[in-house]
Amino acid sequence: MNKSSLIGIGLAVVLIIALLSSVGQGPSEKAKDDGKLSVGFVYVGPIGDHGWTYEHNEGRLAIEKALGEKVKTTYVEKVPYGPDSERVIGKLASSGTDLIFTTSFGYMDPTIKVAKKYPNVKFEHATGYKRSDNTATYSGRFYEGRHVAGLIAGKMTKTNTIGYVASFPIPEVIRGINATILAARSVNPDVKIKVIWVSSWFDPGKEADAAKALIDQGADVLFQHTDSPAPVQVAEKRGIWALGQASDMRQFGPKAHLTAIIDDWAPYYVARTKAVMNKTWTSGDTWGGFKSGMVRMAPYNKAIPADVVALAEKARKGIIDGSVHAFQGPIKDQAGKVVVKAGERASDKMLLGMNFYVEGVDGSIPK
Amino acid sequence: MIPDWLTPAIMTIITASTPLVFAAVGEIMVEKSGVLNLGVEGMMIMGAVAAFAIGVTTGSATLAILFGALAGLVLALIFGLLTLNLRANQVATGLALTLFGLGLSALIGHSFVGETFSGLPKLDIPFISKLPIIGPLVFGQDVLVYMSVASVFFAGWFLNKTRWGLVLRAVGENHDAAHAIGHPVNFVRMMAVLFGGSMAGLGGAYLSLAYTPLWVENMTAGRGWIALALVVFASWRPGRAIFGAYLFGGITILQLHVQGFGVAIAPQLMSMLPYLATIVVLVLISHDVNRFKLSAPACLGKTFHPSQ
Repeated sequence: MNKSSLIGIGLAVVLIIALLSSVGQGPSEKAKDDGKLSVGFVYVGPIGDHGWTYEHNEGRLAIEKALGEKVKTTYVEKVPYGPDSERVIGKLASSGTDLIFTTSFGYMDPTIKVAKKYPNVKFEHATGYKRSDNTATYSGRFYEGRHVAGLIAGKMTKTNTIGYVASFPIPEVIRGINATILAARSVNPDVKIKVIWVSSWFDPGKEADAAKALIDQGADVLFQHTDSPAPVQVAEKRGIWALGQASDMRQFGPKAHLTAIIDDWAPYYVARTKAVMNKTWTSGDTWGGFKSGMVRMAPYNKAIPADVVALAEKARKGIIDGSVHAFQGPIKDQAGKVVVKAGERASDKMLLGMNFYVEGVDGSIPK
Repeated sequence: MIPDWLTPAIMTIITASTPLVFAAVGEIMVEKSGVLNLGVEGMMIMGAVAAFAIGVTTGSATLAILFGALAGLVLALIFGLLTLNLRANQVATGLALTLFGLGLSALIGHSFVGETFSGLPKLDIPFISKLPIIGPLVFGQDVLVYMSVASVFFAGWFLNKTRWGLVLRAVGENHDAAHAIGHPVNFVRMMAVLFGGSMAGLGGAYLSLAYTPLWVENMTAGRGWIALALVVFASWRPGRAIFGAYLFGGITILQLHVQGFGVAIAPQLMSMLPYLATIVVLVLISHDVNRFKLSAPACLGKTFHPSQ
């Protein structure tokens, strides 16, 4: 290998390092002696994803707004799962951060590991199930939002076909599909739901293609459990309805966007930060829905008739006061077997491990 | 009787395939000149962000397309300077280019997240565009789709029927011999690299202007790499590359439709299918090992300096 090709490789390596180092920069130059509470965030995606990470960052901004001078927040975005995340979390912990939110399922083990090494730092892990004395977990009951959205969809569909762009067949996603169809069929027994799996959380092109395929097959209301606004945009173009995911996606389809299920982490993040300040923070698990404000609905589309809005609002309020549940028996699975008896409700345990379709879903769950 | 979903499904296939056609045809030209540019993904994403940014700010589709190509070209110029003038390793530089493009596009695109672009105007000839099936498919596309098809014919004609195409292939086959008979090896390669860059840029522009008219980070989602694979499996022939691209796009869309009809096949398997089928078909049509070796440019990936 000659000299100038070495120079070239050197340049290439410098470029790569410059890019990668941006990941580690955030928390390093942190001073602890200013008396402020320091809160750190680890994000899996870019803030600009307009979905999952975007909403977590809104929660971070809410802490700054609510507590102002008393806190200082930092974040590191696009942190890949695995050793990298452990390094980033460890760095946050060692540089004087008091409270660290790790906002994706894949950070579970690294968070627990780092938490062991830093017993004085408080950790909060989203969507996981492993806890310790200084590690709490939290997640949202997004299926409550799907219940309200499903009611609206059942009323708005003309073709009686709901299209569902899905990511991966995990309980979280299957629970969403079931909540949707149960709600839709409660107001319109003829509704069917068609599911297309795109095997990705985020691929705008593929999400759009799946949306088009569903529309071509007769769907006139589109749900998604993927993170880009592409399906909403397709719905707008094709003149059908759509429901936004994770954040308000109205601007991508002003006519099509019926409402969206918003993950609102702000109240939880502010409350937990205050708890650390008042020294009342304890570990535990929070699965919040409408009641705690962790799940919200985006403003309803003006095109939804008043009686449908009233129905949706009644369900939302019912979920808050406990009179309505998204999985109210009797519920049958696809084979017709009763899985939740009349008068009963699905337990959280069943919801968390949900791996079957309820009656009314087309096709079967991929194994 | 033709089912209702067929025409829109074919329209979707065309949209899904067009970015691949652009990028693959560009890369064929680059590789035929003996340069391996693995930065297609980076050039595509830069094309996507530039086209979208210009499209949203100026509202002009023409300017947007132009700047999409230009952004790919600028990135290709960096690659050309590093590999041809400084004789850097092409593989490493290409990979760095992809990482660089993904990062830079995220930075540039930051303020454009959440914007929308009204999309490219489609050709609409009164009456003719309304004909069943043929109308919308042949006469109802947007300008970039026609450009992508034209580029295939152009590349085929240029490589096989023109003197400069012959020079380009000579440079790619044996740069020392080409240099000995007086051809400007690095100049020809630079031109090919720049052409490849602007084509990748156009592919990216198609993504952010027509396919999904929005900007989100990493929206190319690996399409640059698929284009690179298509080039090899198409044995460096533009005609086969477009066939491969449409086959890949076609199976991608069909597997989604099959899922929608409720056929119980694992989606992971379905997602594999386009890759699998494209590879199998293209390997079958280029099964003759000797001919395949002949079509691979002999100097692919080798650096050249006149003094050596």
